[in-house]
Amino acid sequence: MSTADASLPAKFDWSSEAAAARRRRRHMADRRLRLLGIGAICIAVGLLGILIVSLVANGYRSFVQTMVTVPVYVDPQYVSEDDPSKGNYRAIVKDTLAQLFPEVTDPRQQRDLGQLLTNNTQYMIRDRVVADPALIGTTFDITVPVSDPFDQLEKGVLSRDLPEDQRKIDDQQIGWYDQLVEEGRISTPFNWGLFFNSDSRFPELAGLAGAIVGSFYALLVCFLISFPVGIAAAVYLEEFAPKNRWTDLVEVNINNLAAVPSIVFGLLGLAVFLNFFGLPRSAPLVGGMVLSLMTLPTIIIVTRASLKAVPPSIREAGLGMGASRHQVVMHHVLPLALPGILTGTIIGLAQALGETAPLLLIGMNAFITSPPGGLLDASTALPTQIFIWADSPERGFVDRTSAAILVLLGFLIIMNGIAIFLRQRLERTW
Amino acid sequence: MAGYALLLIVIVSVVGYFIGQTAGRRYVATDGRHVHSLPGYHGAFVAVWVGVPAFVLVLLWLFLQGPVIDHMLLSSLPAGYLDGDSASRTSLVLSEIKNVAAGRIFAEPTPDITRAAEMYNRWEAIARWAMLVVTLALMIIALVVARGRLAVRFRARNNFETVLSGLMIFCSLVAILTTVGIVASLVFEAWEFFKRVPLHEFLFGLSWEPQIALRADQVAGKGAFGAIPVFTGTLLIAFIAMLVATPIGIYTAIYLVEYANDRVRTVVKPVMELLAGIPTVVYGFFAVLIVAPAVRETGSVMGIAISPNSALAAGAVMGIMIIPFISSLSDDALKAVPRTMRDGSLALGATRAETMVKVMLPAALPGIMGGVLLALSRAIGETMIVVMAAGLIATLTFNPIDSVTTVTVQIVTLLIGDTEFDSPKTLAAFALGLVLFVVTLCLNIIALRIVQKYREQYE
Repeated sequence: MSTADASLPAKFDWSSEAAAARRRRRHMADRRLRLLGIGAICIAVGLLGILIVSLVANGYRSFVQTMVTVPVYVDPQYVSEDDPSKGNYRAIVKDTLAQLFPEVTDPRQQRDLGQLLTNNTQYMIRDRVVADPALIGTTFDITVPVSDPFDQLEKGVLSRDLPEDQRKIDDQQIGWYDQLVEEGRISTPFNWGLFFNSDSRFPELAGLAGAIVGSFYALLVCFLISFPVGIAAAVYLEEFAPKNRWTDLVEVNINNLAAVPSIVFGLLGLAVFLNFFGLPRSAPLVGGMVLSLMTLPTIIIVTRASLKAVPPSIREAGLGMGASRHQVVMHHVLPLALPGILTGTIIGLAQALGETAPLLLIGMNAFITSPPGGLLDASTALPTQIFIWADSPERGFVDRTSAAILVLLGFLIIMNGIAIFLRQRLERTW
Repeated sequence: MAGYALLLIVIVSVVGYFIGQTAGRRYVATDGRHVHSLPGYHGAFVAVWVGVPAFVLVLLWLFLQGPVIDHMLLSSLPAGYLDGDSASRTSLVLSEIKNVAAGRIFAEPTPDITRAAEMYNRWEAIARWAMLVVTLALMIIALVVARGRLAVRFRARNNFETVLSGLMIFCSLVAILTTVGIVASLVFEAWEFFKRVPLHEFLFGLSWEPQIALRADQVAGKGAFGAIPVFTGTLLIAFIAMLVATPIGIYTAIYLVEYANDRVRTVVKPVMELLAGIPTVVYGFFAVLIVAPAVRETGSVMGIAISPNSALAAGAVMGIMIIPFISSLSDDALKAVPRTMRDGSLALGATRAETMVKVMLPAALPGIMGGVLLALSRAIGETMIVVMAAGLIATLTFNPIDSVTTVTVQIVTLLIGDTEFDSPKTLAAFALGLVLFVVTLCLNIIALRIVQKYREQYE
């Protein structure tokens, strides 16, 4: 080595203090970056943890419901056997409570007493009696939900230590409630109502049945439209289309469509499906059509990727045996690509299931107390039901919202689980 | 009834398939190898020619039936009944007729309405049955014609495949049609809006109070439809979201690419996918339930009054939503950097951090930038989080602890509930939607272009 560069020392002392310090500094920087990375991941994981924990912490309570069992005497003077649906069931409820609490005589106190039970108790008794008119004149036990404040009291959300004027229920009502507890009339079974009731103004009665059925119909429509159309479009673009500016345009268009904000699809649905074609508001059919337009790009992109993954040798072998191009695609390429396509479709449908904004614009956030009977009936969907409940002021709806979210996440996890299962079992690598 | 029509189409198509297939089999039995197509293709040929035209007919019928009957109803009303009335009055009369027809009678209807309602019911019934009959007739004609064309040397396969290709081309056009539909509906409604409120008022006005209805004597859009505060609110929240998501996302990607072992990766990847898969309405509820009160508490501890629906809370939660987006795109970009560059740097004695910061990040920068732009477009277009957690009042401020509103919030609040379609309030939502669409489209195109160009560079 010649001494061309005089500024360089002839021999670098790697073990000198200065070099060690520099090395330490550089390694420190390395550790810093690594710690930042770990920190970032911890934040992300922690946030997800907080999210899940807070939802579970609020939502688990809604999976049980405080119920009270009361003996009901169906007085024939209130209900005639000819038309049991038109009885004075309100009076029956009043009598029932009067019998349980004979000491309460003041009308105002009796009204306070009535607030223990859910508002719809009279209709529940009516339904029982209408179903079985032989009950008239007899006494039978009926189990009804207690009203929301007492449900919260039982679950410990509403504290007894709270000053009386800051809670919805007064000390006397709590006293009556405790009397019911002592008599063993209060039970907390699993809340089937959450799955089998429809929406209600009263948290203790509100359930997800209507939303689940609505979401199911919407997803069905979404699948029926986007699956065949998406596959056909992808097969054409991948296997048959000539490479020219026109197909480039279609391709760019599909990629951009996948990134258009979902609310814009809602505007499209509102302007075209509702306003122009005059389809009914709030219908799962329209919801499904809007969702299918959103899912379509996803399915097309996934299908094209799966088709691309099928090795060209398969196609060449088929063509070599004298099959037409359609036959090669239909008999060989598409069946081989199907697992990937199905996986992508399920993931696309899972996204559609969670989509809220476009459904709001086409009115799937209405207050509807029965499940839709068909594709054109007004209905809600799971995410819009969550939105409605989240907006409701009653304390009970906070729990219900969390529970509804857990149900929605449950469905999403199931769908994604099926997708992962399909991918692992059926997909083959070449 | 539409369901029956579709069922009918399926049944007749299947019948057609078997008729064609039987014919094909007979050809094979008599003429053997001279037959051009397999029996199944004879069947498929008949089936598509029976099914597809009938399906198109039913769709057209369903779309046209409503408007045609409405038109007939209106013209059946006695002359002078609707003279000089506005479009909203016309639709009111129509819905009254339909309510009466369905038996939902609120007040005693006029004889004219009652008569129209009877006619409506009759026409509806006629239309329903006519659809079935016409569809069936069309299918039978198609069946006879298609069956007549079958022959020993008939190229049933080629013919069927041509139809199939046509269907596939149509399907690939659906995406184009969707885009055209979006642009057309947005532009059309926005055009109506800009007829009432001048464009410059909308784009540069400083006050947004769409709840105040326009009076007839008011100067167009006076002070009510200036969208600047809405735009600034959107940008503020999106900016906060990016501030949260960009560092966390990029550092996560760096760690996953450079430092993490397989065990960490198998844990972190699903977590990110889970974060990406959670519906936005869930994030919105999280923002309302946990984050907003927490932010408020923190503020009051420090003696700052923070608005209950502050931009900070909404933006922070939106940031959480975007983290997986940025991290996965940055991950892809970093992985696309050729291994030789990384190995070269490490071989020269650089630490892993130096390799990352001085070699990999600069090389991956365009890809990361593209990802960040895509994420920004997502943040601008995100709806549910802000609808639930941000405010409704448009305030012109850049203060993150104030309450601001966004474009998407305004669209939702203006369009939720039953609204008539010709008030400037409703139309304003479409004007906002148009702006949103154009902005996100530009961001997406730029981002995709950057990502693509960068990818080509190394391939």
